[in-house]
Amino acid sequence: MNAVVLAVIGLIAVFSGYRFYSKFMAEKIYQLDPDFKTPAHAMRDDIDYVPTNRVVLWGHHFTAVAGAAPIIGPSIAVVWGWLPAFLWVVIGTMFFAGVHDFGAIWASVRNKALSVGSLTGEVVSHRARNLFMIVVFFLLLMVNAVFAVAISTEFINTPASVIPAWTAVFVAVGIGILLYRVGVGITWPTVVGTVILYAVIYLGELFPVTLAETAGIAPAAQWILILFLYAAVASMLPVWLLLQPRDYINGIQLFVGLGILYGAVFIAAPTVVAPPINPNVPAGTPPIMPLLFVTIACGAISGFHGLVSSGTTSKQLNTETDARFVGYLGSLGEGTLAIVAIIAVTAGFSMTEWQSAYANAESFGAVGGISAFVEGGSRIASEGLGLPIGFAQTLLAVMAVLFAGTTMDAGVRLQRYIVQEWGTIYRIPALTNGYVATAVAVGACLVLAFGAGGADGTGGMIIWPLFGTTNQLLAGLTLLVISVMLVKLGRPARYTLIPMVFVTTMALLAALYQLSSLYAEGRYVLVAIDVVIIITAIFVMLEAASALMRERRAAAAPAG
Amino acid sequence: MQEPWRRRFGARLARARALLGEFYTAPYRGAVARARRDEDDLFMLFVYAELMGVPNPATYYTLELQPLLLERFHEWHNRMGLERSPLDHFRCC
Repeated sequence: MNAVVLAVIGLIAVFSGYRFYSKFMAEKIYQLDPDFKTPAHAMRDDIDYVPTNRVVLWGHHFTAVAGAAPIIGPSIAVVWGWLPAFLWVVIGTMFFAGVHDFGAIWASVRNKALSVGSLTGEVVSHRARNLFMIVVFFLLLMVNAVFAVAISTEFINTPASVIPAWTAVFVAVGIGILLYRVGVGITWPTVVGTVILYAVIYLGELFPVTLAETAGIAPAAQWILILFLYAAVASMLPVWLLLQPRDYINGIQLFVGLGILYGAVFIAAPTVVAPPINPNVPAGTPPIMPLLFVTIACGAISGFHGLVSSGTTSKQLNTETDARFVGYLGSLGEGTLAIVAIIAVTAGFSMTEWQSAYANAESFGAVGGISAFVEGGSRIASEGLGLPIGFAQTLLAVMAVLFAGTTMDAGVRLQRYIVQEWGTIYRIPALTNGYVATAVAVGACLVLAFGAGGADGTGGMIIWPLFGTTNQLLAGLTLLVISVMLVKLGRPARYTLIPMVFVTTMALLAALYQLSSLYAEGRYVLVAIDVVIIITAIFVMLEAASALMRERRAAAAPAG
Repeated sequence: MQEPWRRRFGARLARARALLGEFYTAPYRGAVARARRDEDDLFMLFVYAELMGVPNPATYYTLELQPLLLERFHEWHNRMGLERSPLDHFRCC
């Protein structure tokens, strides 16, 4: 099959989801009201609550939700063949992710722009709120560990990406200083910063950086240590100095990257060499059901989006009707990236190469990932746009590394906040100290990164399905909040309830399956985390049943 | 007089620049404003430290700033967790 057909089908499907399904949700289910006074107007303070142009909010949502995860997940999941991964991404984006992101904004806007965590306490129960906090903590823990391992692997596989990836940090700091300290306008720092980012890719090719084993520490482990040291320092820096400009650079990279990849696919029109259903999966590959649905979390539906939707977006929404454009259309960022990732890893190889990358891989933990995306994507980019293959390879590797790196920056910072909050709640003054809290957060991530994969730091991608499981649980909780609100309002809740039941059930089944395999492999750190996830998933289901029955009874009871 | 197309192009460019600026600012507007306020709070402490009995070698230099910052004093001591003005000779509340 030609990859153009796949791209066209995928894009038409997800955009028709926006055109038709989101319209139906907006008019019949969420019943958006153009005259509703959003918190941006009702609580305007020009700091957090500011009415903002919907295109700006859409851009922020689109870029915030599309990161390294929609690349890694689909790149692993094609081990079962391209068809299941493609169908789950497309159907998931249309009927799960869009409804989830859109609904999270709507729910938050209707409740004074509260975060989904607070909403869970208000709408469902305080127990559910505690569950939410546990899930968020584990999600951050895993996202930091997974991305550190992914970046470290990419630095080893593509040494040319090291200099450009670290240069991006300095470019970001430069932009931050120019904008906030020097007072320069946005245009020139953007132009010059982008030019530098792409120019240093050549420099990276000229000076590839490889680490040698030092003091018995393997190169992969060294990179993980360096990355966490960097993340710890970065999380302590002011937001304006690094995080904000880095996020901005990433946004630009995403649009450029999507343009390059889709442009190359349409020009080169490569053939998808992977089978629709792979009959020769590597030994030890878990069953497609339920693992597909947690291997691709971001790209189909991701609980992390709820945090974005109810964090800044809902406080800045100008009119309630903008929620559809920002939430549903914004969620397509991840879906479109996942579709092109599937194409890159299934059409960027010859049949023999694909077989050796996937069918003959030693284990499930070794298949796909960023490396397959970089390899396949760079060939398509080279063929379609005439870019030198080395340049294209470094370009895509840097793009993926920057996505993962920025998520790590934000993840470690958020984890520090959580640890500091614990210090305040449980009256442990040491934990309220920023340095101590950062050390605790980074220490926990290191235990997970090395505990999962061993001291050489090479096997940490085993955490990936567990990360997906946690992410889906979070999505389930957000969908539960939306469903309970709909039941309270006497509106049909099945459009959010069915996705909620589906993702939570898949998450629970996946966690149960992983428990036995992780125990058999002797990965006890992950076994402990998995047990907590299973218990949390069961409690989420019980909370869901209890909250929904309570609201149905209340709705059925005669008034007065 | 400018050509109409040039005016239109200029207006579009200005609009694009404004959108780009908003794209940069919007997600972190609150965080940056809070960070700026924290810096200001620390500065307020430098300016009023001596008046509250905290020795401050920089008082000689910050003294003339006191009247300029008085308007912000009430909000500041409230934010610092002091319900009433900590200064005996200056009662803002």
